[in-house]
Amino acid sequence: MATTTLGRRGEAVPARLKGRHRVNLTALLYLSPWLVGFTVFFVYPLIATVYFSFQRYDLFTLEPVGLLNYKYFFQDGAAWTSIRNTLWLVVVMVPLRLLFALGVAQLVTKLKAGVGFFRTIFYLPSLVPLVAGTLGFVYLLNPGTGPVPTILSALGLPSPDWFGDPSWSKPGLTLLALWSVGDLMVIFLAALLDVPKQLYEAASLDGAGAWQQFYHVTLPVIRPVLTFAAVTGVIQTLQYFTQAMVAARVASGSTDSAGSVFTPGYPDQSTLTFPELLFQQGFRDFAMGYACVLALLLFAVSMIFTLVLLRQFRGLDEEAV
Amino acid sequence: MTLTVTPARTARPAGRRPRDHRRRTALQWIATHAIAIALSIMFLGPLVFIGLTALMSDHQALTSQLWPQQWEWDNFADIFRKAPLLTWIANTLLYSVLATLFMLVSSIPVAYALARFRFRGRKLALLLVITTMMLPPQVVAVPIYLIWARFHLTGTLWPLILPMLLGDAFSIFLLRQFLVTIPKEYSDAARVDGCGEFRTLMRVILPMARPAIAAVALFQFFYCWNDYYGPLLYAGTDMSNWTLSLGLASFRAVHRVQWNLTMAATLLAMAPVIVVFFFAQKAFIEGVKLTGVK
Repeated sequence: MATTTLGRRGEAVPARLKGRHRVNLTALLYLSPWLVGFTVFFVYPLIATVYFSFQRYDLFTLEPVGLLNYKYFFQDGAAWTSIRNTLWLVVVMVPLRLLFALGVAQLVTKLKAGVGFFRTIFYLPSLVPLVAGTLGFVYLLNPGTGPVPTILSALGLPSPDWFGDPSWSKPGLTLLALWSVGDLMVIFLAALLDVPKQLYEAASLDGAGAWQQFYHVTLPVIRPVLTFAAVTGVIQTLQYFTQAMVAARVASGSTDSAGSVFTPGYPDQSTLTFPELLFQQGFRDFAMGYACVLALLLFAVSMIFTLVLLRQFRGLDEEAV
Repeated sequence: MTLTVTPARTARPAGRRPRDHRRRTALQWIATHAIAIALSIMFLGPLVFIGLTALMSDHQALTSQLWPQQWEWDNFADIFRKAPLLTWIANTLLYSVLATLFMLVSSIPVAYALARFRFRGRKLALLLVITTMMLPPQVVAVPIYLIWARFHLTGTLWPLILPMLLGDAFSIFLLRQFLVTIPKEYSDAARVDGCGEFRTLMRVILPMARPAIAAVALFQFFYCWNDYYGPLLYAGTDMSNWTLSLGLASFRAVHRVQWNLTMAATLLAMAPVIVVFFFAQKAFIEGVKLTGVK
């Protein structure tokens, strides 16, 4: 309703003469859904998280406990295990995904025939639902029935017990992450195709080989895209939850529905990620105060990486004006 | 063909160069395409094996054989008898469709304001949208859960649907990225013709932004379709409130079925995504490119 009145008045008054506060009001109106959402689902919960971190709260009784939750964090072995696991994923999985996506994208730029066909195939697995993909991989790598161990042993190669072996479960998840690298590949492919052709021609006239061209021409041009992908990759991996949860659940064969026996991390806490621990503490054991301590740590770490991104976005607004 | 594209090289004086070069490019052609084919097999392999296993008999699914001895098409009917799949599909559809509609209604105006209006604090608003988009949802999960518990909505999917009426940071950002690329002249022309801001948005900008809107809607729909964390948090223990992802994750253990039926259900969960992808491939690819950012 309000918008139509503003619109009608806009007819009478030329746009140039509109008061600045009029624009501000219109903007406020358009932004209002997000402003309410941001307050209710971000600002308030963030403040409440700080508050609850000093309480013991199990949905029924609320009791101030000072720094107890924070002290407990330093003694909680599971917390440190989950941090180590999440770090492993950040350090191993993220760079491998970046390299693999870049390699595949570079390969697609070199193809002369069937570009669309190959691009579709490489992209497709990234669309597969996380739960379905994880189930598929647990089966594929499952000793005794899975095709991968069968094929490996047919070739006379040893095959580990992937999701049943603490030292192979994270590599198993990494394989799954590499399989679904398609969306990253599409981003890199778009960036690679944006590199001006003349730069390559100039470089090859100067006698630069393929590797030198990549290092001195391609890399500097696509660096912003790489940085963005690396930072978002890290932040996404800090949230790594579904695949670890489903893989552990399916591999352990445990019966779970809520209020139950399943604890994430199978085998031997090797897939217990930080968000899983937070979930377990907050919503299965209802140690909500302690879960808030974990949430604040996650917030602090993700915020560091988000700030890196925001720096990259600083110039973003000018282009619109 | 190659000769015309790279005149710089053919112009070089060395005598045997052109033929050498042609042979090199031919070899390169074979090598790159061979690698691409090998990679394709690796990317498609898992899907093929999932499909083959889904068609095996119970007995054969316990063995390490790769090829079905007889094709058990009945497996796909069997999974519907073993678990309340139709209920799960209906719940997943309800969640995905409503969340997508709500997201579009609330996020488009916000994205438009961020892309087009000049107001104080615009830059800050944009940075805050990016921040909420990046931060893990687990950071604020506890108080939000308590809000929904107070309204007695835990145990349902509504805590995942209703917030979409208040905009989704990722969609806002993506739409904004597209909307800023539409030349200002179009909305200026509409204004000269006497259109208000709202009519300009509806009549001029939205039709032009159709590809971006399609991409954002697809992303939202499939985010919900695939979502596991959200339903795990809110859907509760009653299986009749579960989504397909939730049911699928417990399928094997709860229903004590073999891998063949598990893979049949897995394939069922993948099917809509893959089918839609083949019809809307361009929207997907363009959308993914938008997420890449410059």
